[in-house]
Amino acid sequence: MSSAANPSLKTSRQLLLQLAAITKKFGPLIANDAIDLDLHKGEIVALLGENGAGKTTLMNILFGHYVADAGTVMVAGADGILAPLEPGAPQAALDAGIGMVHQHFALAENLSGLDNIVLGTEPIFRLRRDRTKARTKLAKLMAGSGLNVDLNQPVHKLTVGEKQRIEILKALYRDARLLVLDEPTAVLTPQEADSLFATLRQLAATGLSVIIIAHKLAEVLAVSHRIAVLRGGKKVGEMATDQADRRSIAELMVGRDVPVSRRSERAPGKPVIALRDVTIDRGDARRSLHGVNLMAREGEILGIAGVSGNGQAALAQLIAGLDRPDIGSVEIFGEKVTKFDAHQFAQNGIARIPEDRHHDGMVGSMTVAENIAIEDVRSRDYQKFGFLDFEAIRKRAEHAIVDYDVRCPGPDAPARLLSGGNIQKLILARVLEKSPKLILANQPSRGLDVGAQSEVHRRLLEAREGGAAVILISEDLDELLTLSDQIAVIHAGHVSAAIAAHDIDRSELGLMMAGQKKTDENTPRSGDPA
Amino acid sequence: MEIIDILLTANFWAAALRIATPLIFGVLGALICERAGVLNLGIEGIFTAGAMAGWMAVWLGAGLWGGVLFAALAGSFFGLIHAILTVPLGLSQHVSGIGVTLLATSLSYFTYRTALPDVSSPPRIIPFQPLDIPILSDLPFIGPALLSQTALTMLALVMVFVTGWVLYRTPLGLAIRAVGDNPSSVEAQGLSVYALRIGAVVAGSSLMALGGAFLTMSAFDAFFFGMINGRGWVCIALTVFASWRPGKALLGALLFGAFDAFQVRLQTEVGAFLPSQVFLMMPYLLSIAALIIVARKADYPKALLVPWFKGQR
Ligand SMILES: Nc1ncnc2c1ncn2[C@@H]1O[C@H](COP(=O)(O)OP(=O)(O)O)[C@@H](O)[C@H]1O
Ligand SMILES: [Mg+2]
Repeated sequence: MSSAANPSLKTSRQLLLQLAAITKKFGPLIANDAIDLDLHKGEIVALLGENGAGKTTLMNILFGHYVADAGTVMVAGADGILAPLEPGAPQAALDAGIGMVHQHFALAENLSGLDNIVLGTEPIFRLRRDRTKARTKLAKLMAGSGLNVDLNQPVHKLTVGEKQRIEILKALYRDARLLVLDEPTAVLTPQEADSLFATLRQLAATGLSVIIIAHKLAEVLAVSHRIAVLRGGKKVGEMATDQADRRSIAELMVGRDVPVSRRSERAPGKPVIALRDVTIDRGDARRSLHGVNLMAREGEILGIAGVSGNGQAALAQLIAGLDRPDIGSVEIFGEKVTKFDAHQFAQNGIARIPEDRHHDGMVGSMTVAENIAIEDVRSRDYQKFGFLDFEAIRKRAEHAIVDYDVRCPGPDAPARLLSGGNIQKLILARVLEKSPKLILANQPSRGLDVGAQSEVHRRLLEAREGGAAVILISEDLDELLTLSDQIAVIHAGHVSAAIAAHDIDRSELGLMMAGQKKTDENTPRSGDPA
Repeated sequence: MEIIDILLTANFWAAALRIATPLIFGVLGALICERAGVLNLGIEGIFTAGAMAGWMAVWLGAGLWGGVLFAALAGSFFGLIHAILTVPLGLSQHVSGIGVTLLATSLSYFTYRTALPDVSSPPRIIPFQPLDIPILSDLPFIGPALLSQTALTMLALVMVFVTGWVLYRTPLGLAIRAVGDNPSSVEAQGLSVYALRIGAVVAGSSLMALGGAFLTMSAFDAFFFGMINGRGWVCIALTVFASWRPGKALLGALLFGAFDAFQVRLQTEVGAFLPSQVFLMMPYLLSIAALIIVARKADYPKALLVPWFKGQR
């Protein structure tokens, strides 16, 4: 089955699901605004939209996690007649044959895959559990769908791909007629994603209906029959996939032209940070560096290309002042660093956009305003008589929300309510407003939609324009090639010499990332002051 | 007498098991609550309530098993209060637990004083008597150790097995273990997070109350103020020591019981040199030491202490 060809839809056009005028508000925020959506038997519909568009909310209403403020959900029974679904009851949704693969997996990690699948399917007050029937049924399902996974392993031992298979099997085990997948590819490698799509097409051919949420266009074009686009809580477009083209969908999603970022010509300034023969040995390869030489200069973006887990974390920790070299030295503005201390580094103008934005970039239970001020509570601007000046912090946050287009209920909303893209904008606002000398951007656009991604790129280029040095750690070759002036490749803790981006051969870069070509060969660094 | 000799007497192990019995009930109760994701610091008060309710029911003529039932009901009542405050309302489990302990303790004392305004020595009941189980008591060593135990100790041992069975062999136990790890996994499978958690806390609390009832209806024959004496808190620590497993809970309780029985015997041996308080301290010190060793690797139920609300993320 070729992944490029659109699967042809040979369904009876039997209506399975009808969402009518679904509206959901969270405080002043309208997450879903009168959304209609139909789904037929055996059809794959892609639900597209930027982060925060309301996709997950809509599916949570369908599945009964949330109750809609208005609108109805109708599902066809076995007789094909539409009947309203009881709101707010996942059990009712399950009974109606709706299965959901959650964006953040709904799995108990201490239980085995089998236990997670069977959970809730047997009468709860029973003296014993009978697993033989479940095993036979699952063996058949796995053979039929190719979703193979060791059911006896506790879930915390499984890879994300395997966890996802458990989630899908959960739905199939309950004989789901409709499968909802919320951003299933965000956590998968390209190979895993391809095999997931193959499975979905195969399942759809047997009559399963699928709603797949995504924000990567290419994937959706390959797998779906129909596309519905959400923006700002509204459905802004719907079309058959074979009549859709990428550019127009991207525009629908974002609501405007997606600007293509361009780097201007600019001569770099003085070195901001330099690593000299830095070795950090922490036993495991992901956290070690070996004899790394690196320099970032004012007004220059230095890209660090590499498959994640090759020492990027160690590099990022070092540059943020969270770790110290075992051997070698670090210089900031030509001065050798003696004290490795994150606060000291921040004082020197080093700002970071952390890799795991949810975990290291914000405190979910604190408000948007507090999160913006969090790194600068010692600054005079946020203090009054030695106490925090909440008025100033709020004002600052209100500006940031407008300037950086952070979509949230307001400065007092807890930050955990924000979607990934908006969290990233919040972090950008916090980082860039301080006019840092060096920005350490670690995977800054991973998992973001087109709009948010282009915003991140624009802001980084703007900072470069303003004379900041940027170290951009990324896996995305397109991102690296558009943004970077120089690119170095990291592999197994070794960092290659930096090469000017316009001299770079894409495929060579790919080979270096894969470790096929030596990374520490001493290619002269072009533009290096002699 | 040599130290080894102390450890080898059936008499010693009989005492250890007797001391362990209330702890077995308590740890089982605490681990059921915690497996579902709710820390129940109401335990100390629930012990008191169970001790008081069971004893009073018997004193009023309900019969010994009637007293046990009554104690369990008192436990589930206070468990329900804790569950409502912490599960649907999502309040701090620490604060609510301490509150329940204070409430249950004072209410028990209040009831006792109101019922018996001017007695100086507490009235006695006829407690559970040692059982003679035909085959068991004929076993070497174990027989004599079990021989002097009452029906409540047997019940505690049976409950270890029952709790283990329910948690690991039944759909209900599966759901309880799941809700303590990730409530969303339970809700996504159509089960009610609230019902499971409230149910677990109520059931766990009634077990805790049986631990209290054992004190007034088997170990002693009357209710005194301050008789629980921190046993509830010991159970909270033992739960971690037991890694939330019923079998290890039994082991932990027995270990503590053995320490305690040992210090009593040691006191009579070397009591001349050291103040008795040092010996009283010993089981607690040893359980702290055991905890330090075990708890560093403890695998807490992931959703323990984390409130969950429907329709929120
Ligand atoms: N439980 C909630 N409470 C408050 N706001 C929420 C909640 N769930 C979602 N939101 C808000 O609703 C909007 C839509 O979110 P979501 O449906 O998750 O978007 P998507 O899945 O399209 O990225 C976002 O602005 C988000 O912050
Ligand atoms: Mg989402």
